[in-house]
Amino acid sequence: MLERYLRPMWAFVFRDWHLTRRYMSWVAVFVFYAIVNSATIALIGKAQDDFRLTLTLLLGVLLWSFLSAMYNEIANSISYERWEGTLEYTFMAPVSRLIHLSGVSLFAIIFSVIRTIVILVGLVLFIQVSVTGANLLGVLVVLLVASLAFMGLGLMAAILPVMSPENGAQATNIFQGILLLVSGIYYPVSVLPSWVQPLAYLSPATYALEACRKLMGINHPDSTPDKLVGAPLSSVLPELGILLLMGVVLIPLGLLVFHTAEQWAKRTGKLKRTG
Amino acid sequence: MLTLKPTQTQLAIEVSDLKKVFRKRDGLRAPVREEWALKGVSFYVREGETYGLLGPNGSGKSTLIRILSTLLTADGGTVRMLGYRLPEDEARLRRKMGRVSVDAAFYKKLSPRENLLYAAQLYGLEPRQAEKRAMQILEQLGLESRRFSDPIEEMSRGMQQKISIARALLINPPLLLLDEPTTGLDPKSRRDVQAFLEDLRAREGTTILLTTHDMAEAERLAHRIGFLAHGRLVAEGTADELKRRAGAPDLEEAFIALTGEELDEEADSP
Repeated sequence: MLERYLRPMWAFVFRDWHLTRRYMSWVAVFVFYAIVNSATIALIGKAQDDFRLTLTLLLGVLLWSFLSAMYNEIANSISYERWEGTLEYTFMAPVSRLIHLSGVSLFAIIFSVIRTIVILVGLVLFIQVSVTGANLLGVLVVLLVASLAFMGLGLMAAILPVMSPENGAQATNIFQGILLLVSGIYYPVSVLPSWVQPLAYLSPATYALEACRKLMGINHPDSTPDKLVGAPLSSVLPELGILLLMGVVLIPLGLLVFHTAEQWAKRTGKLKRTG
Repeated sequence: MLTLKPTQTQLAIEVSDLKKVFRKRDGLRAPVREEWALKGVSFYVREGETYGLLGPNGSGKSTLIRILSTLLTADGGTVRMLGYRLPEDEARLRRKMGRVSVDAAFYKKLSPRENLLYAAQLYGLEPRQAEKRAMQILEQLGLESRRFSDPIEEMSRGMQQKISIARALLINPPLLLLDEPTTGLDPKSRRDVQAFLEDLRAREGTTILLTTHDMAEAERLAHRIGFLAHGRLVAEGTADELKRRAGAPDLEEAFIALTGEELDEEADSP
């Protein structure tokens, strides 16, 4: 068990942690930028003197920061390896793709959670918004369940750079952009053009946001700027169920897509180094 | 001299009629073009033997190594290594072979220690034992232990290639696939690597498949040599047999006489 599964899975966490450590100054720069960027968005609500708008924007920016960071970590893991020239060694190792991608995803989740907590602390200190009464533990549960669905999406996106190094990397960014647009991160889905709205219900971020807004008590009539009335976790079970279902479908689908593309890459010789 | 084919139990590698074609299209409307990298290659390597594949760039050496490394799927023929068939048994085979390629591919920002510990854990090895073994190998290869924690990007190509060899040997594999392991190395590093491989073979009985376009290296390391040209194995035998067959004074002349071409004349294939 340890030798076959856990140690190989931990190898990816070990590798990604040491790579992150080597690029720590860049991580700090990007986190700083994320805090500033998030603050400028949340301050729009402050300027309107509207705590509900402020919290909606704050939640949107944090949730997107978490999900996009995780998606990026997974989606870019293969293109990074291809660029470094290590992809062939990883694919030659006696590690199943499930263990490989689980290891990559495990680090992505740990990294994204820590990054989001740092951004949250920075934001709360800077814009002085109260989250007293919000069900933050429930929010964390929703984030973790939503991670499964985003993991599946990341797995599908990760293989694109193997199929086409440059176009694949571009496609992962376009896909991420579409998710940002349709998921109603900063606005209700109802303001989107009618032909775009159905897409919102295909995005896991839409359900994660809806659930988190309830758990934070943003739209609860009794919430005040000093004390929010967050909903219990039981009130977001439908959203959690949909997110879980999406994860259950998207992760195996992601692995299947990855496996199919890997076999194609091995037939056509696309595992070789680029860059 | 006639070389009798040994019984199957003595064979570490058995390749039969191996074929690989790459299909390319120069534009969306352009017709598909076929480039045959391997056109029916057959050879075998005995357990504990070092077999050298010699050929210019584009002759199919790297394609062949990639197929044996489970990184490419063949379009025809059969491959059996250490009793396992490809591609059916690739998962089991991966635990028993190491590979060193011409480009020492590492996470360049990480140190040798971090890269090797990562590789060791991938193979399920206990990190402390793996680190000890890696240190021993690197010291045997002449790498100073004080460099063990420096980023690999600060090291010479020779050093990087030695670390690549250490990585391949971490699992103490019975089979080693070496794809031009000394190309681009300075003379001292080249000698270090060659001496290490000779020692390894004597000590562990490791079977080695070595591709190179360095005639002297092939002559020094390989028990038998195959000449690969345009995706075909044109001739094989010991260095002396090949020279005698071609009536040539050295291996390079023998290569030219038997293949009709010189080394390093073609571009790299996929």
